[in-house]
This record gives sequence, C-alpha cells and structure tokens, in this order.
Amino acid sequence: MNATFGAVLQVLVLVLALGLVYRPFGDYMARSLESPRHTRVERGIYRIIGVDSSADQRWSVYLRSVLAFSVVSVLALYALLRLQAYLPYSLGREGMPSLQSLNTAVSFVTNTNWQSYSGEAALGYTAQMAGLAVQNFLSAAVGIAVAVALIRGLARTHTDRLGNFWVDLTRITIRILLPVAVVFGIVLILNGVVQNFAGDTTITTLTGGTQTIPGGPVASQEVIKELGTNGGGFYNANSSHPFENPNGLTNLIEIFLILVIPFSLTRTFGRIVGDLRQGYAILAVMASIWATVTGLLIWVELNHAGPALQLAGGAMEGKEVRFGVPMSAVFASATTSTSTGAVNSMHDSFTAYGGGLALFNMTLGEVTPGGTGSGLYGMLVAAIVAVFIAGLMVGRTPEYLGKKIGAREMKLVALYILTTPTLLLLGLGAAMATETGRAAILNPGPHGLSEVFYGFASASNNNGSAFAGLGANTDFYNIALAVAMFLGRLLPICFVLALAGSLAQQGKAPASAGTLPTYRPQFVLLTVGVILIVAGLTFVPALALGPLAEGLS
Amino acid sequence: MTTLAPVPEVVPHGRVSSGVFEPRALLTSLPEALLKLDPRQMWHNPVMFVVLVGALLTTVAAIVEPSAFAWWITVWLWLTVVFANLAEAVAEGRGRAQAASLRATRRDTMARRLDSDGGETTVAATELRLGDRVVCEAGDIIPGDGDVVDGVASVDESAITGESAPVIRESGGDRSAVTGGTKVLSDRIVIQITAAPGHTFIDRMIALVEGASRQKTPNEIALNILLSSLTIIFLLVVMTLQPLADYSGATQSVIVLVALLVCLIPTTIGALLSAIGIAGMDRLVQRNVLAMSGRAVEAAGDVSTLLLDKTGTITLGNRQAVELIPAPGVTIEQLADAAQLSSLADETPEGRSIVVLCKDQYGLRARDEGALLHAEWVPFTAQTRMSGVDVEGRKVRKGAAGAVFAYVASEGGRTPPEVSATVDAISSAGGTPLVVSEGPAVLGVVHLKDVVKTGIRERFDELRRMGIRTVMITGDNPMTARAIAEEAGVDDFLAEATPEDKMALIKREQEGGRLVAMTGDGTNDAPALAQADVGVAMNTGTSAAKEAGNMVDLDSNPTKLIDIVEIGKQLLITRGALTTFSVANDIAKYFAIIPAMFVVAYPGLDALNVMHLSSPNSAILSAVVFNALVIIVLIPLALRGVRYRPASASKLLSRNLWIYGLGGIIVPFVGIKLLDLLVSRIPGMG
Repeated sequence: MNATFGAVLQVLVLVLALGLVYRPFGDYMARSLESPRHTRVERGIYRIIGVDSSADQRWSVYLRSVLAFSVVSVLALYALLRLQAYLPYSLGREGMPSLQSLNTAVSFVTNTNWQSYSGEAALGYTAQMAGLAVQNFLSAAVGIAVAVALIRGLARTHTDRLGNFWVDLTRITIRILLPVAVVFGIVLILNGVVQNFAGDTTITTLTGGTQTIPGGPVASQEVIKELGTNGGGFYNANSSHPFENPNGLTNLIEIFLILVIPFSLTRTFGRIVGDLRQGYAILAVMASIWATVTGLLIWVELNHAGPALQLAGGAMEGKEVRFGVPMSAVFASATTSTSTGAVNSMHDSFTAYGGGLALFNMTLGEVTPGGTGSGLYGMLVAAIVAVFIAGLMVGRTPEYLGKKIGAREMKLVALYILTTPTLLLLGLGAAMATETGRAAILNPGPHGLSEVFYGFASASNNNGSAFAGLGANTDFYNIALAVAMFLGRLLPICFVLALAGSLAQQGKAPASAGTLPTYRPQFVLLTVGVILIVAGLTFVPALALGPLAEGLS
Repeated sequence: MTTLAPVPEVVPHGRVSSGVFEPRALLTSLPEALLKLDPRQMWHNPVMFVVLVGALLTTVAAIVEPSAFAWWITVWLWLTVVFANLAEAVAEGRGRAQAASLRATRRDTMARRLDSDGGETTVAATELRLGDRVVCEAGDIIPGDGDVVDGVASVDESAITGESAPVIRESGGDRSAVTGGTKVLSDRIVIQITAAPGHTFIDRMIALVEGASRQKTPNEIALNILLSSLTIIFLLVVMTLQPLADYSGATQSVIVLVALLVCLIPTTIGALLSAIGIAGMDRLVQRNVLAMSGRAVEAAGDVSTLLLDKTGTITLGNRQAVELIPAPGVTIEQLADAAQLSSLADETPEGRSIVVLCKDQYGLRARDEGALLHAEWVPFTAQTRMSGVDVEGRKVRKGAAGAVFAYVASEGGRTPPEVSATVDAISSAGGTPLVVSEGPAVLGVVHLKDVVKTGIRERFDELRRMGIRTVMITGDNPMTARAIAEEAGVDDFLAEATPEDKMALIKREQEGGRLVAMTGDGTNDAPALAQADVGVAMNTGTSAAKEAGNMVDLDSNPTKLIDIVEIGKQLLITRGALTTFSVANDIAKYFAIIPAMFVVAYPGLDALNVMHLSSPNSAILSAVVFNALVIIVLIPLALRGVRYRPASASKLLSRNLWIYGLGGIIVPFVGIKLLDLLVSRIPGMG
C-alpha cells in the first residue's frame, strides 16, 4: 500500500472516530458535570477532604480553590521529586536537583509537562506514578473545571455562583478521565505498550555489547499523558519510543486521545448553554484552523527541497519509519495545537516551515482545539473579542449568548490576551539578550533563535514540547521557564474566572434581529480572523527572524 | 394646548446624514491642534501618547545622529500626532460654533421679582434663586428656567429650537415649562424659577455642544481597553525585537524601531476615537436633540423596545371623518346636510373634519354661520355627549351613539337596527361612530377615524429589521387600539394606558433584558422617562419631564426617537469599522517594514517585499507617511459617520467586514506602494 494513501486513510479514520464520539462523549461530559447526584465514591471523597458538596462557590472562592490546589500540588510534587531516593521503587535514582524539581513540579501541575530531565534516567516508579501520572489527571481536570465555570457564567443569570471546584475536580477525574484512561490503557497494553514493574533489564546485544532496557508502568501514564493533553513522556524520547508508542495503530489511538476531549468539550459547552449551534460554531473555528495547519504541515514535510530528502519521500530526519512523514506531521500538529507537547518525532529536525508551523500552532494561544478545558476557555475569550468587534460593526453594545460585553468584561479579556504573549516575548527577549540565554542554543543562525522562541512559546502556552536542540537544564531556563509556565497557566485562569463571575451576574438579553447571531459561518470566519491576525501580528517579527529566515535562505 | 407649530409628518429618509465637513476646518483648527500637544492632555489617549513619546525619542535620535531618513521619519511622526489632534479639534470646532450662537442669547437680563408682599423688585437674572417668582410681559426675555404658575402667554423659543413659530405656555398642565433666554410675545405670566443661574438649560446646552462635559462612554471605555492592550502588545513586540535583531546580526536604530511601533499600534482609530464621539453628539444636536450624556446616545443604539405614544407619533393628532353611512330610507345628501349643519359651530378638529368631508366628498358648500341668524346652537357637554343646532324648526343632533339614541327615543322615534349594526361595526374596527339625527329620525352615522401618518408603517418595518420592537401607548380602548396598531404595523400596543401601566411595561421589558426607549412630555410621564434607558422629553413638556429624561427633543417631534436610535447605532458602527480598518492595515505595514529591517541580514526575506518597495528607507518612510495621511483622509468619515441603513445584524456585519476589513487589508498595500514611488525620489531615500 502506498504510504501517502495509508496516511490519508488514517486521517479519515481519525476524523471519523472523533466525529462518532463527539455527540455522546460531549453530552456525557455535560451530564457528568451538571448532574445533581453524587456517587458513593464521590461522597466518600468529599467526606475525607471535608467539602460540602452542595455549596456553590462565588468566582473568587472558586479561584482561591484552584490556586490553593495548584500551589499545594506544586509543593507536594516538588517534595516527592526531591525525596524520591527514600521512596520505594526508586530504582536507585537520586533525588532531583532543586531547580530542576521546581521546574518539573510547576511543569506537571500546570499541564505543561516541559521536561528538562530524561524520564528513564532521572525518575523511579513512585515519582512517575504517584507524582507525575497523578498530576496528569488532576491538572487536566483543573483545566476542564475552569472551562466549566466559564460556561456556567455564560449559562447562568443573576447569580454569583459558579459551581463547586472540589466537586467539579472530583467528578471530572472519576467520571470522565479515569474510565476513558482505563479502557484505552488496556487497549494500549494489548497493542504492545509496556506496563510492568521490571526495573532495568540488562541484556547482551547481537554484537556482544550490553544494553540497559528500562521497563516500567508506561501504558498507565501514556494514556493520560495524551488524554489530558499533558505530554510528559515516561521516556526521554516520548511517544517516538517504541515502548510508549510501538506501532501505527497505537500512534493513531494516541492522536485520537489527544484531540478527543478538547474537541468534544465544544459539544458540552453547547449542551450546558442550551444552544448546540453555539458549540458547533466554536468547533468549526477550532477545526478549520487545525485542519489547515495540519494540512500545511504535512505538505511542507513531504515537499522538502533537499534531493536526499526527496529521495527518502520527505523530511525523514528525526522521524520514525514506523509512523512515516504524514502521520508524524499529524501528531506534531495535534500535540502543538492542544498544549499536549508529547512528540512522536523530533520537531527540531522538521523543515524550517514545518517547525515554524508547530511553533505557530502554539502562538495561537493553544485554542485550536487547545488543552483540556484551557482550549475551550481560551477560544471563548477569543470569541468574545470577535463579538466585541462585530458588535461595534452592527451598532450594538456587543453581546455573547445574551451577555453584554462591557468595559469590565473587556478589561478581563484584554488581560487574558496580554498574558501569554507578554510572558513569551519577555522570556524570549531576555534569553536572547543575555549570554546565559544564548549559551543553551545548539544550532547557529535563525534555527537557534527558533529553539529559544519554541521553548518560551511552549512554556508560556503550557504546551511542553521542545525543539530538542536547546539545552534547557540550566538555572536560567529552569527558573525562567518555570515562571512562564506558572504565570502562563494561573494568570489566565484568574481572568477567566473573574470573567465568569461578571457574566453570571448579568441577565440574559433576548435575541432579536438586531442581535448578531454567533453560530453562523460569518461569525466563525470572523473569529478565525481575529485569532490569526492577533497572533500573527504579535509574532510575525520573531517568526520572520526564525523559521522564515531559515526557510527563505 | 399644543404647539402652534405644525407637527411634522414622518419624512421618508434614506440614511442618517449630518453636517457637511469643510476641508477649510482643517486649517482653522490647526492652532487648536497644536495646543493639544500638551502631554497632560495627550495622556488621556494612550495610543497617541505612545506616538508622542516615540516622536520625542526620534527627535533626540535625529539630533544626536542626523540623517535625512531620521529627520523625515521624525517630521512625519510629529505630523501623525498633530493630525490626531486636528481630528478632535475639527470635531470640537463644529460644536463651538453652535455654542457661540447659544451664548448670544444668554445676555444680561433683568428680572422683575415678585416679593412676598406682592410688590416687584428689579434684579439681575444672575441673582435669581430657586423658588423666586418673576413676572414677564410681552417683549420680556424670560430670565431663567422655570414653570408658569399664573397666566398664559405665547413664547418665542427660536433661540433654542430654531423654530420661529411661537408656542403657548400656561400655568398648570403639561405646557408650563419655560426656558431662560426665550422671549414672551404676548400676555403676562408669572414664573417660578426652577434652575439656579449657571445651571440653566442653555448653560447645559452650551457645555454639551462644546464637549466640555464630555465623559467617555462605557463602550468607548471598553474599546479603549482593547486598543490599549493592542498598544501594550506591540510595545512588547518592538522592545523584545532588538535582542532578536542583535542575535541575527541586524541591530536596528531607534528611529526604525519607533517607526515600526507607530505603524503597528492602532493609531488610526486612536486618533479618531474622540472625534467620532463628539461628532455623534453633534449629529444629535443638529437634529435639535440634546443628549444629557453620551451614555444615553450609546444606549439608544442598543434599544430593543420603543414605546411610542399613539397621538402625534403614529397618528396625526386628531380623528377625522372618513365616511358617512345613511340610515335606511335616508339619502346620503340628507345625511351630509344634517351632519354639516350640526358641525358648523363645532370648532373641534373632529367637527371641522366633518365639514371638510361633506364639502370634498358630497359637494356641499360651506354655509355661512351668519346666514343662520336664528339658529340656536347646542354645545357639546360631558353630560349630554352630543351637540347640534335648532334652526328653522329642525332639531339636528350629532353625538355618541347611546346619547343620540336616547335623545331620539325621547323625541318619540326609534332607532333602525341597521344603524345599531353600523355603529357596532365601526367601533369594532377601531373607529369612532357619531350618530346624526333630526327630530325623531336617525339619519345615519359619521365614521371618525384615527389617521395613521403616511410612511410610518415603513419606518416600523425598518425597525423590525433592526430587531427593535415597537409598542404603541394609547388611552383608547383595546378594540380601537388593536385596529390602529394593525394599520400602523406596530408589534404590540398598550391600551387604556395609565402612567402606572407604562411604568410596569417598562420594568417588565427591562427585566427580560431589553433596553427601552420612550418619549414623554407630561409630569406624569416623568417616572417612566427616568426608568426608561432612553427617555426623550419633549421640549414643550414640563420641566419635571425634561429633568427625568436623558434627552430633550427641541422640536417636540416624537417620531425623532427613531432617528436617535439610528444615530446611536451609527456611532458604534463608525468606531467598529475604523478599529477593524486600523488593525487590518497592520498586515501591509509588516510586509513593508519587516523585509526592510532584515533584508541585509537575511537576503531571503526579500521574498516578503511583495510590494517591491525601492529601498529599506523608502519602505519604512512610506509606511509611516501612509499611517499619518490615513488619519487626515478618514476625518470626514469619522465626523460624518459610516453609512448606515437599517438591516439585520448579519447583513450589517457582512457589509462592514467587506468594506472595512477587506478594504483595510488592501488599501495600505496600494497606498504604501504609491507613496514609495514618490518617497524614493527624495534624495537619500531611494
């Protein structure tokens, strides 16, 4: 079978699968989140952590819960990483150095999963399972919880209550993430992903040398790594490692897992606000940008100019033969457009434009479709900007879903939009302006600039993937990227929850012919335009000096 | 009493227009624009403040390291700031001319103050206090705002309304308010002063049109936040670009970085934003509407429910006779003759309309009252509910059906069932039947009808397309109200409306999240006017009504509410269109400047120079010049407002996106290319 034909088939299967689960899964998530009943397990958990499950929280209380939970999580994970030598199943690994521990703790709690360490070399099973895998679940759940709070802000009227963070967190974990993770974990194991506690196995190779092969509970971590758009690999080689992602089928399943929650949440959104068309419109914005960038990425990777690469059928450097060029490109696009950051190929080795597209995906603010929850709330913020501009152009105070977008709402939206570009640009500027920052660059010229650009884009947008050339385990990068990840995650959450609170207090203006419908293709197009133009205008100079300069030379 | 000026009918209209922009105003406002360079003033406009700081920076840089390029850029950056100030100055200048003519009316007036003992003291108008009573007689200028507490007079209010026909002001009722600066033409009135000197209506008007009391409106604030955050982002982009450029071996000069920054931040809308706001208020003033706050003008654009009084807005003031229906066995001529005879002494509009109908449709010449020397006129009273005449043995009566039927019965006659049926039919169709009788015989029925203004139905259709619901308010019974509502094409009506009903209706609409606009003039309208989101008080109304509303219509034409809504929408649309245009412009500017900055370090980037600009210097200067000139070019649009036609939101958005979005992307490509052809001829630029 022709490789390209195979890839087309795989993409079709992927789209079909996502389409099939979209409705039932989106509706299921809505039901899980809005159901008035608690299961016995959940009631048990509420008793243990001392939460009144019937208490509805104001936005400020909801936010305080998110922040407290995140800070406690960072501290606990930091302690675990530092102390792993004294824990069971440490496999003799030392505790992680302090700045690297801080970077890693922040990275996993913020759903970024930037890794300045090598998984199999630095961590034992306890740290991987009790530390990282747990945060993979919880950080994904936090993102969805915040998105749900914003949805409630849009759906509810004349109230200051947005739901209960602890209840949301518990339900998302138990009702949504865990069941899917268990089912697909087993599927992955059946297809060859490793799941054991065998430690390191030393074998003698055919040539007579010895090789250490690290085993471990890989599948259980792999599944939530993709499902929760986390991305932190058990192994340093991430999803290009045969134990994490052994074949084409597991590759397709992993791409599916990456995309399924971010896309399906738009259905959940439409369901909860009581207008499915609104969800479809948001889905259309996400999907159209995703499909375009993915298509471009496949195309540029297949059409590299070098003669050797053309003989190989595309840019094969840094890619696995078992996945091929197109499915490596699809994975790259999925992982950079969802804030996942898992990789099945080395983005650093992509063509200049291919790497540039992966970078561009992240600079869009991780909204196409973005991370679990964070993609949806980021996209809703973008939709509000589009509504604001459109509202002005039709001569009305802008409204989204019947909620007026006034000065207070715009202030929060503006702050949200300012956050990640500010962190990215300041980080990038500081790194390029200092000797320490530049010292970590591997390649000279524009590609070196792309490495640093990619690093800060990845951290401030909570993606976690890297241009592998950058030697980021230095004090400067450990600290700077940790700050970018921490603020890049929590500041937007502050603004989103404040926005949700402000929206919930309003009544709902009824729609009339004078109201701009926000479910028509017209609005979809406008929102796409707003996202592309705002990101484009912000990052054109840096993109010109990195990927563009490299590609055009 | 109503104004003596005729209430204008609905004027069929196309677009919201406004005063003409005169290019000469650009020159005359130049000194004002230069004065506005004061940083303390510039600070209020963050976008232009950044440009000002940028211009200062490049000036210093040009002095330290002079070059033709540096000085050209510096000059055009300063021009960018001046052009922005010019836009605002021109907008304010138009208001100032109006203020000057108003101020002329506020000359030193003397007032005849009534003392408690009944005597009079002559004092300066500026010494009047709240509650003072003053006397005005024919020829006097009214010394201050107040209510007539005694007497009736005709007053010339042309000083504020521009309308030369005098109006009647009388004590009690809804026509008691007088405005300082207007002139009593006849009779004598006593006025109780209701506004302290310096706070009168004219004072407020002057402040409003001058823009002195202008505050940023909520939507303007929200837009400013968006523009400021775009400015901050671009500031960061440019600030962090230098280390990247250093690394790439293409260190940039301060001049180039500032030029890039100014081109990127939304200067076009930043420069025109306040001019748009001032011009919006100005457009209202030109229609003789005074908005007490910009907030109200914006709210007008959002209105989703219009409450319109039936009388004067939807229908002409009065009912008119439209048909005569004779009783069985009576000829139409007999009926017309009797109807005319009974109406000759009836000076009500209804009575006059019967005479007109008889003449126009049945060819009866008007009789001379004097010829009926021995006629005995029976006037209409609330008890008899009919009027008529006894002459030459004829006893002709005309009036409400029940009253005339009873009268006929008392004369020994009986009412044919056909006439009763006609009466019922007319009532149920919303008309008013008047029965005419002579002696014991019922002659027939006169059909009186409210006459809906021509063109009003089309206006309501337009409003519906804009998503605005119209509700007719009337004191009529529900049956009559329904008929008129159907004929006029309003969406809903409130019959037998009391002020309490009105208030309840407004609250109900507002609870549903709708914004309500209404007009009113009476004191009993005041609470509803205050409750409504947009309350337009008629200038003929009481001072309580004027105080409660947030706009005053000097022409007292309730139909104008529709214009006000359109002006509110146009204001927002103009802002949105220019914002879109401004941001869309950035794409072309990047294509001009980025290759210019980095083509030396990375020759491959010349591929981005799609406009084939002749040199880096020329490219950057062309972008800066374009950025400055586009402000001047758009000043007329900002003052006039973008074209607005009533249409659904989707249609409006499509149209404006095509023009200002796509146009905003294409126009600068063409403009910068053309400028480059010129600029590249300047020595040192090519």
